[in-house]
Amino acid sequence: MLTLAIETSCDETSCAVVKDGREVLSNIISSQIEIHRKFGGVVPEVASRKHIENINQIIGQALDEANVTFKDIDLVGVTQGPGLVGALLVGISTAKAIAFGLDLPIIGVNHIQGHVCANYIEHKNLEPPFTCLIVSGGHTYLVQANSYTDYELIGRTRDDAAGEAFDKVARALGLSYPGGPLIDKLAKVGNKEAIYFPRVFLEDSSYDFSFSGLKTAVLNYLNQANQKGEDIVVEDVAASFQQAVLDVLVEKAFRLAKEKGSDKIVIAGGVAANEGLRSLMESREKEEGIDILYPSKVLCTDNAAMIGSAAYFNYIEGKESDLYLNVIPNLDFK
Amino acid sequence: MLEIRLKGLEETEKFGIKLGEVLQSGDIVCLNGELGAGKTTLTKSIGKGLGVEEYITSPTFALINEYEGRVRVYHFDVYRLENVDELYDLGFDEYFYGNGVSIVEWAEKIEKLLPKERIIINIDKGKTLDERIIVITGEGNRYKEIIKELNID
Repeated sequence: MLTLAIETSCDETSCAVVKDGREVLSNIISSQIEIHRKFGGVVPEVASRKHIENINQIIGQALDEANVTFKDIDLVGVTQGPGLVGALLVGISTAKAIAFGLDLPIIGVNHIQGHVCANYIEHKNLEPPFTCLIVSGGHTYLVQANSYTDYELIGRTRDDAAGEAFDKVARALGLSYPGGPLIDKLAKVGNKEAIYFPRVFLEDSSYDFSFSGLKTAVLNYLNQANQKGEDIVVEDVAASFQQAVLDVLVEKAFRLAKEKGSDKIVIAGGVAANEGLRSLMESREKEEGIDILYPSKVLCTDNAAMIGSAAYFNYIEGKESDLYLNVIPNLDFK
Repeated sequence: MLEIRLKGLEETEKFGIKLGEVLQSGDIVCLNGELGAGKTTLTKSIGKGLGVEEYITSPTFALINEYEGRVRVYHFDVYRLENVDELYDLGFDEYFYGNGVSIVEWAEKIEKLLPKERIIINIDKGKTLDERIIVITGEGNRYKEIIKELNID
């Protein structure tokens, strides 16, 4: 079964062709250099108008690369939310037009479920149940995947997303955007015990996160050091900050996995590419007897292949949408 | 102009709730202040005053978050935007001239696009880590009314 999938929830316009929910035939993302060149410059990141300009070409490219035509498609999948309303609308309107024109079933997909499903593509034998940590610039979620379509949202951030804290601390350190990967790199050579930054665990029973206070603590540290004329060792700040974020993420993920009796923790979202996170998770893999899985880098970021995977699993479990499908910018996770 | 010194998180929250309670549909609140000044934290308590029950989280990545309180609440963050044109592409003006309360973080970056009648709150760090100095300015009748209500007691 071939799914044509569209993802336009935020900055990226993406389209993919996915076979049986696990095999990617194509996965085109607008930020890829190829497309930039075709448009004669850099595609502005946030404008929904740019999604409109990009989308037809990206769909065409996705079909070409998969070596299929519209006639071969069996199912249309599209991100319904959460995301930016104008951006989502472009994707959903396009998907509906294709589904209507070709008389195909359509599935509205939760973007966060998509991030989880990126792991079904990467790990062909992965099956639910498992515990999932989803961390990116916009999202921080702890989720229990009970089946391919049943997800229980257990924890979320109450203020800043983990990836956002990375980007903002990077900006304060004078690093370029996106700052997450740079902090990860600097942290490798820095001393993670050089500066103590707070680990916010909230109430004992809570799986929620809070990173705003940590961000402020780093800013306060930098201000004070500047005022006192002290040298700032950027590598040490990066390493100490990153460790404070990771300690909380990793601790809560393992705590939830143990509570649920999961033998696997799956990481997803842009921050899943963070090597510090991967190695800290893996360092506990053996002693806890819990396997750690994560997707390759291209599947960590926003992409349509993961939406295609999620759409497929929803479809085979009978969760079909219809042409009244609409965007839900603050779509919750059920 | 109204200047208020808030000694800590608790006072900041009280102030935010009070402001939220007097806001009405159509009001635009601009929040300026450096990274970590407490713009999102203040928005959380303004939201409480507006009757929002959900957690208000940072809109930096999503650019706009919407909440349902006693009126609709739109929480913007233009931190990531490079130029005003991008805002036109996003249709932000439709929000500013529509129904609901708009709270805009980093509003100074998009001054040209904002309606004249608005409430501007600058947040500065005070002498201690948790102290904040808040300066409220603005234009229009609603600004005057709000200042008046905030000044009582």
